[in-house]
This record gives sequence, structure tokens and C-alpha cells, in this order.
Amino acid sequence: MASRIDVSIEHRGPEPEPAGKHPNTCPSCHSHYRDEELDESLWVCPQCGHHFSVRARRRVDQLADRGTFEEQDKDLRSADPLSFFDLRAYSERIAEAEMATGLGDALIAGAASIERRPCELAVMDFAFMGGSMGSAVGEKFARACERAAEKGVPLVCVTASGGARMQEGILSLMQLPKTVAAVDLLHQKPAAFVSVMTHPTTAGVLASFASLGDVIVAEPGALLAFTGPRVVQQTTREKLPDDFGLAESNARFGHVDAIVPRPELRPYLGRVLALFE
Amino acid sequence: MATESSEGTAEQLRLRERLARLRDLPLLRGVGVSGELARLQHQIDRIAEEPSADEVWRAVELARHQDRPYTLDYVERIFDDFIELHGDRSFADDAALVSGIGRFNGQTIALVGHQKGRDIRERTHRNFGMTYPEGYRKAMRVMELADRHRFPVITLVDTPGAYPGVVAEQHGQGGWIARSQLLMLRLGVPTVSCIIGEGGSGGAVAIAVADRVLMQENAIYSVISPEGCAAILWRDAGEAKKAAAAFKPDAAHCLELGVIDGVVPEPPGGAHENPDVAAALLGESLGIALDEVKKRDPAARRRERSEKFRRMGIFLE
Repeated sequence: MASRIDVSIEHRGPEPEPAGKHPNTCPSCHSHYRDEELDESLWVCPQCGHHFSVRARRRVDQLADRGTFEEQDKDLRSADPLSFFDLRAYSERIAEAEMATGLGDALIAGAASIERRPCELAVMDFAFMGGSMGSAVGEKFARACERAAEKGVPLVCVTASGGARMQEGILSLMQLPKTVAAVDLLHQKPAAFVSVMTHPTTAGVLASFASLGDVIVAEPGALLAFTGPRVVQQTTREKLPDDFGLAESNARFGHVDAIVPRPELRPYLGRVLALFE
Repeated sequence: MATESSEGTAEQLRLRERLARLRDLPLLRGVGVSGELARLQHQIDRIAEEPSADEVWRAVELARHQDRPYTLDYVERIFDDFIELHGDRSFADDAALVSGIGRFNGQTIALVGHQKGRDIRERTHRNFGMTYPEGYRKAMRVMELADRHRFPVITLVDTPGAYPGVVAEQHGQGGWIARSQLLMLRLGVPTVSCIIGEGGSGGAVAIAVADRVLMQENAIYSVISPEGCAAILWRDAGEAKKAAAAFKPDAAHCLELGVIDGVVPEPPGGAHENPDVAAALLGESLGIALDEVKKRDPAARRRERSEKFRRMGIFLE
């Protein structure tokens, strides 16, 4: 059946936590924390350095100078162009994700400043349908590029995504060239594009705008792969290296400029933005 | 060629009806290759109906048919003096993607296309049409060559997807798919792509960011394979038919959603039933599309191409 191997852009939900495991329990060293403790440490395990997933609004708070983030396109929402129905209706899944996350879709974007350098800031949220990219995410990203190009400021984009959103069919695949065209606008201007890849950045998002940053930064331990380890293992039966697809492997093979631990990310971005001014 | 001849005329009739229902077929105009098509033209105005789940699945089967013509089958029928160009100039020659220059309607063009294999040995050699990053790099250097020499670029898409292997990841599969799209957006020369079989996800769109994107009548273009979608959403790869019906990878739907610019008709029963006619129809459609985009100057072409892809998607505001 090799001609039917599934190599597609996939979208998985959040990694299933073992039953009964609290989201604030470190999957690496099993230490447990209160929200405030993790907020304090930027959601990095104080014990072992594991980087927890960071929700989009929290990420904005971590990176943007206090009170500078002005969100745009808040009311932009996913449609259901295919009337997609699997075991449940897509429209129902969207509504549920909105309720659960308090977000309109898997990406928020707006003007901000980082270390007093003005920029456009776009941040993805893996909790919203696995951070998958449908028309709404693609559109919001493209508009962020256009605003950055218009104002002549850099774009900083923090990705966390399983890839294209299957429920929008071929239109979600078309968000790849659409977002690439938007980055091209930045390149032509030129306005700097700093791509921050966090866990996980895979499939359609890795195969489009995320890989086109002037500077590409990764968080430690993040999975950055076109095809995730499970599908590679299943389809090729290859023995996977221990660090398959991880940020560290990507750095070794030359796909990212730097691995920056979260506590150093904001000052690092400040220095990068200053050099592009 | 394998056929389901028992279904015979009824089957042909059904396919013809289906073709007639493909909405708004700009490319059928001017196509005069066979008498069949003249009759089809009268039916084009009919209101399109939603293709049924069975019809969508039929396209999936035909798109993957073992006798379906592949890129090199069309190359030998459509282009003259074709010279294949090999290698990515840095690491390897990926046999899952062929490239070269040849003559088309009297003009030199560059061609890039996925290539599957027909027997087990060739299939392995061609890696089932699944490209490594080296394949996209080869495509890119040939497209750059074409841009330098003002050769129009034609791409033929036929892949289950980019290869999902360890080495492909290490060599930067995602990044090269992204950069190939970026390069296609920047080309000044006219570009036309046609999905001739499976348009599988990122591996397909990597070489399909063109001024005009066409699809053969029985090709499919999708974000994920029906089996993959079924495995994830239905938790059962056996539900592939349901998945295909839900995400609608067929040409009629792609046209309706504004993802492609035209549908290229196939001979009754599918391209494999008569590769010569299929090639003639494809060649004619490519020619019409190319003539359209040739009229624009390079800057206008680039702008319009970018704007076309920038507009894609449906959302609420």
C-alpha cells in the first residue's frame, strides 16, 4: 500500500495527557506547580527546564511590553465552507474551541512593542483545534504581514500548530501559498520577519510561513517537523533518532538560527529587532 | 489498459454527464480535439449539481489508477526535443520529480513534474512520486533557469505527498516546500500547473503556485489523503470514502472553491483509457492557459499571481 502512504499535512489535537494527570504537572520530572508559580517562571519547569505549552495571550504578556499589544481582526472567524462533518460537525468543533479557549481562532495578532521596539506580533494557540491553520488563521497572518509592511516594522510570529485544518479541505492547503505570498510582501519591502517556532510547529505551518523568517528561533525541545515521528515510524518503519524532529536536531542540520530558552527570548528578540531598525 | 468494459456505454454516459456538470469550464472553449467534446460543449451550461460521494470516490480511484498516464507519458506526447535536466546541484538527483526543457507549440519551455513508477522496480526508483527536499531544489534551480532565459514554466503535479522519512526531515522537507512556493510567486515568466493525478498536500502545492492552475477531470487535490483524514477524524482508515466525500478533493469542488482556474477534460472512462487523447486535451488546455498569461508583462503577472493566492480562503467577519 505504499502508494497510499499518508504523508499529508496533519492536524492532531493536543497530546492526550495520561488520565488523571494535571496540566501543571511537568511531563519530564513530574514536579507539580500552581499557576502562579509557572507564570513566575514563564511556564518553564523550575526543576528540570521543561518548556510547557504557552497559551497565546500568556505568550503576548511574556513578550510584549506591558499594555502595548493592540489586537486586530478580533472578529474574524472561521467559516465552514464545506459543511464538514466527521463524527461531529466542524461548526460545533469551532464553537467548542472558542468556548474553551476564549479565542476567535488559533492565532491572535496586533501591534505591540518588544523591549521598546515597535513590531507586529502574531501568536498561535495550540489549544484551539491543535493550532491548525484554516482560512481564518491564514487571513489573520496575512493581514499582520500587510500591517507590518505598511508601517515598516518587523513581524514577530510565534507558531504552535499541527498543520493545516483538515475540516476546511483544499482551502486550508491554499493557506500555504497565501501566507507565503504575505511573507513575500515583507521580503520585498523589506520588513524583518522573525519566526519563533515553539512546540509543536509541524506540517503545513512549517511548510509555509514559519520556515521563511529572516531569523528563525526555536524553543528548546520543540518538535519542528514536516511529518511527525508517529507517521514517519508507521509509514517507513525506520528507526528514528532519539531527537527526531526536535529543535536541537533542526539546529544541527541548519534549519534554525538559534535555540533560545524562554527566559532569554524577550531580550533576544529585542536585540534582533534593534539590529533591523 | 484495464477497463470496466462491462459497464460500457452507461459508464461513459455517466462520466460525460458528470463532465457537463463541472461548473464554468473556461478551458473547454476552443478545445476541438475530438468529436466527443463538441457535444459536451452544449452541455456545459447545465447547472452543476453536487457530485455524490460515489462520484468523488470514483475520482480518487481514477486519480490513482495504475495505468493512468504519468508526467513522462505526457512529456513524450506533448513536447518536442525534450531534454531532461538532472540533479539539484548540491546533493542528489531525486527521481520522484523530473525536470527539463523542451519545445511546446514552437517555443522552449521548462517542465517540472512528479513522476511515479509503473512496475515495482520503477515505483521504488521513483519513490512512488514522493519527493525529497532534493527534488524541490531541483525544481527550483530549473525554474530559476527558466526565469533567466524567459522560458514559460509548466508543472505537472502527481504525488501522494512529500516523502515522510527521517532523512527528508533532516534535509529540511518543510523549509524547501515553503521556499519552492516563494520562488514560484517571484517568477516573472508565465507559469501553468496541472494536477494530473494525485495532488497530495504540501508536496503538491510546492510546485503548483502558478498563474493558472488546472486539474484534469479525474484528478484530486487535497490537504490530506482520504485514508489519513479518516484515520485521524474517524479513527479508522477504512472510512476513507466518507472522508473523501467530506473534504471534497475532486475537480468540480476545487473549481467551485476558487482553488483552480479550469478543468481539463479526459477521454471517456479516464485518461488511462486513451493516453493519446488525454495528452492532446492536456496539451491544448496548457496552450490556451499559457497564451492567456503570456499577454501580461512580468510585473503584472507576479502581482496578479500573488493576489490570486492572497485571496484564497473563506472566513467570516
